[in-house]
Formats: sequence, C-alpha cells, structure tokens
Amino acid sequence: MEFFYVLMPIAGVKIFWPGLIILGIGVGIIGGFFGMGGAWMVTPGLNILGFPMAFAIGTDIAHMAGKSLISTMRHGKFGNVDYKLGLIMLVGTVVGFEIGAQMVMWLERLGTVELYVRLLYLVLLAFITWMVFTDVAKRKKKEREAAAAGREVDKLATGLDWSKTLHKIKIPPMVHFKEAQIYCTAWLPIFVSFLTGWLAGILGIGGGLIRMPSLIYFVGCPTHVAVGTDLFEVMISGLYGTATYTYKGRTELVAALIMLCGAAVGAQIGTVATKYIKGYGIRIAFGLAVVGCMLSIIMKLIPRWVPALKTAMDVSATVFILGLVSALSLYIFLKMIEGARREIAQKKATAKVSVAQ
Amino acid sequence: MRRLWTRIWGLGVMAVLLLPEIAAAAGPKAAPLVIVADTRKFTGWEAWWTNLYNESHLAFALLTIAIIPVVGLIFGVLADIVMNWIGLDLKSRELAEH
Repeated sequence: MEFFYVLMPIAGVKIFWPGLIILGIGVGIIGGFFGMGGAWMVTPGLNILGFPMAFAIGTDIAHMAGKSLISTMRHGKFGNVDYKLGLIMLVGTVVGFEIGAQMVMWLERLGTVELYVRLLYLVLLAFITWMVFTDVAKRKKKEREAAAAGREVDKLATGLDWSKTLHKIKIPPMVHFKEAQIYCTAWLPIFVSFLTGWLAGILGIGGGLIRMPSLIYFVGCPTHVAVGTDLFEVMISGLYGTATYTYKGRTELVAALIMLCGAAVGAQIGTVATKYIKGYGIRIAFGLAVVGCMLSIIMKLIPRWVPALKTAMDVSATVFILGLVSALSLYIFLKMIEGARREIAQKKATAKVSVAQ
Repeated sequence: MRRLWTRIWGLGVMAVLLLPEIAAAAGPKAAPLVIVADTRKFTGWEAWWTNLYNESHLAFALLTIAIIPVVGLIFGVLADIVMNWIGLDLKSRELAEH
C-alpha cells in the first residue's frame, strides 16, 4: 500500500496519489467542458485526501493554470477562443478584481463580512440559474412555435436576447470580434469583465462560474466561444495566482503536477465533448452545476444557525460536491465517447464510399 | 499598428505575471508564519527542491510558474498525438448553434 502514497516535499504529508489523479480527471473534464477553473470542487477533494489547507488553494490554482492551458489549446484549434476578446476582458477583470479584493479587506476591518459574502454568492448563483433556465425555456418555446408553424427555428436563435440590446450601444471604439461573431463597443466587454472581476474579488473565487454566463448573455458569445474564451482568461489568471501563492510558499508543485496528469486527460475529454454537444446542452448542464454549487453553499451555511449539524453538514457538502463532480464527469465522458464513435463510424463509411467509387 | 497593440498587450500581461507582488489583489502579506520544508526526509531532486523552497521563495515561484505551462504544453501535445491516432478531427467543429 505504501506504493500508493507519496510524501509531499513541501507540505511534508503523505498523500494518496491515485486520489489526486482521479480528482484531476474529474475537474479537468468539467473545467474543459464548462470553461471554469472549478476551485469550489477541488478544495473539498483535497481536504479529503488530507491536504493541509495552507497548501490547498495554491496547489489547486497551479494545477488549474496547466489544465486551462491544455483546454485553451484544444478549444483554440476548434476556433472556440476569441483571443482579442479575452485580452480586452482581462483589463476589466484585473481592475475589477483588485477593487473587489480591496473592498472585502476594507469591509473586514469594519466587521465580519463572511456571512454577507456567502449570501451574495447565493443570490448571484440563484440569478445565474434563473438566467440559464429562463433562456432554455424561452428557446424551447421558440422551437415549439416554429414547429407549430411548420418551419425550423433559426440555429442561432437564443432565448434571452439581452446582448442584442447591449450591442446597440455605439460608443467608440467599436470592435469586431471575429471568433465570437460580435460587433460592439469595446466598453461592453470591459464593463462586463470589470463587473464579473469585481464580484469574483469580493467573493474570493476565480470567476469562471460568473464570467462564462456573462459572456453568453451580456456580451453575446456563442456558448462554445464563451467556454473557450473563458478558459483563456482562467489560464492567465491561474498563472498569476500561481505566482502569488507560490511566492508566499503556499504551493505544493508535486501534488499540482500529479493532478495535472489526470487533468490533462480530463481536459481533453471535456473539451472534445463540446464538439458533440449543442450549445444549449452545455448551458443546461452548466445550470445544473450552478445549482449544485448553490446547494453546497447552503449546506455550509446551515451550521451558522444550527451548530449541532456542523459535522453532518460538512461531510454532506463534501460528499455532495464529489458526487456531483463524478456524475457530471461521467455524463460528459459518455457523451464524448458517443460522439467520437459516431464521427469515426461516419469517416469509415465515407472512406468506403469513396473506395467503391 | 495592430502588431504594436498586440505587443503592448503582451507586455502588459507579462508585467502582471512576472510582478505579482505589485498587485494589490494579492492581498495583505501572508501571515508572518514561516513554513519550512523538512529537507532531512529527502534525497536527490526532492532534497534540492525543498532546499530551494527554504532558501528562496522567489526562485521557487519562478521555477514553478515556468514548469506548470511547460508541463501543460507537453501534455497538450501528447494528447493531440493520441487523439489524432484515434482518428478524431481536432481542427473543426460542425455544430454552429448558439
């Protein structure tokens, strides 16, 4: 059994390395598919494996940077990354994040803010859930109406059209984003990224969970481009986070690299799966992931009012999150296998036809 | 002009990455708790790595942020080779829906 444990050089603890690989695969799949870092899923997993909290965040961010790079490379080849949009948004994200982080520190000096931050997070997640499922419902309604009229709904039709209204704002400079197929004022992505960065700074999260739907609903990106572009941003912010945490001595590179072995495989599966799943399929699965995140936060909040339930709720939240990661990863993995099989079968059939001719 | 802007952006991003300590979002300095890695348990590269950690967090950080993308890149290229071998088209996506 000793073989399955590796002594971490910096943290000085023995960790079950297959667990790190499995965790890496799970969050790699989900990250590559939804375009987010997934810190909210990794931290409970690292805790279970016996990782000291002092190193959990830095290690998670370090593996996230590598994983996002792999996913960005793949999404880039599919044409899912709008680099220009990503770089413009980076400005707003960094500035917004700085202001958000400073605001939290200022509020902390005035008194405890943790509860309010968690409640704000809940409100935000509830809003994202509402946005995603309202969009899906409206799009389905359009499909039904089109079917009743005997025609097909436009492939680019969306349920919520907020971005179209925002695109009417013509404040110079106007920019054309080729991959995202958007022509809008540069201030729109800057403002949206500032807002999402500010919220991420306040909430102390990476921000992928907020940025991805914002790219879809406010900036007007197609789902696949939103996922790819968000991963590009996660990659850069992940490298930045790695630098800051490692400089403070809070990163266990060996663990990050072991996780990266799993995440490399997972990121490929998640990214390739987006090739076979329609944009709205990704949106629905994303909505479910957000609901899962929301439930896990509620479980962590309950002991504030019922302290006796603390241990039970902590365990339940961890089991729930890991269960959710497993279920979502399995769903995405099966979809990827199904799509890949179909593609290979089609290629073989085409090859046979051309040989026969 | 376009190339100039790309370079300016690139330099800006590099500055943020290479000078994390100037960024206020890094928050207040870490608690004055000094974590020291126990080098006695290790030999070879692990001993060197723990020594590097104890001696210079800056060198440790620079090496870490160099290793992570390089390893990511290697895994990405390896995965490319595997996926191509399986026969998947990795250069296009037919679904054109929002």
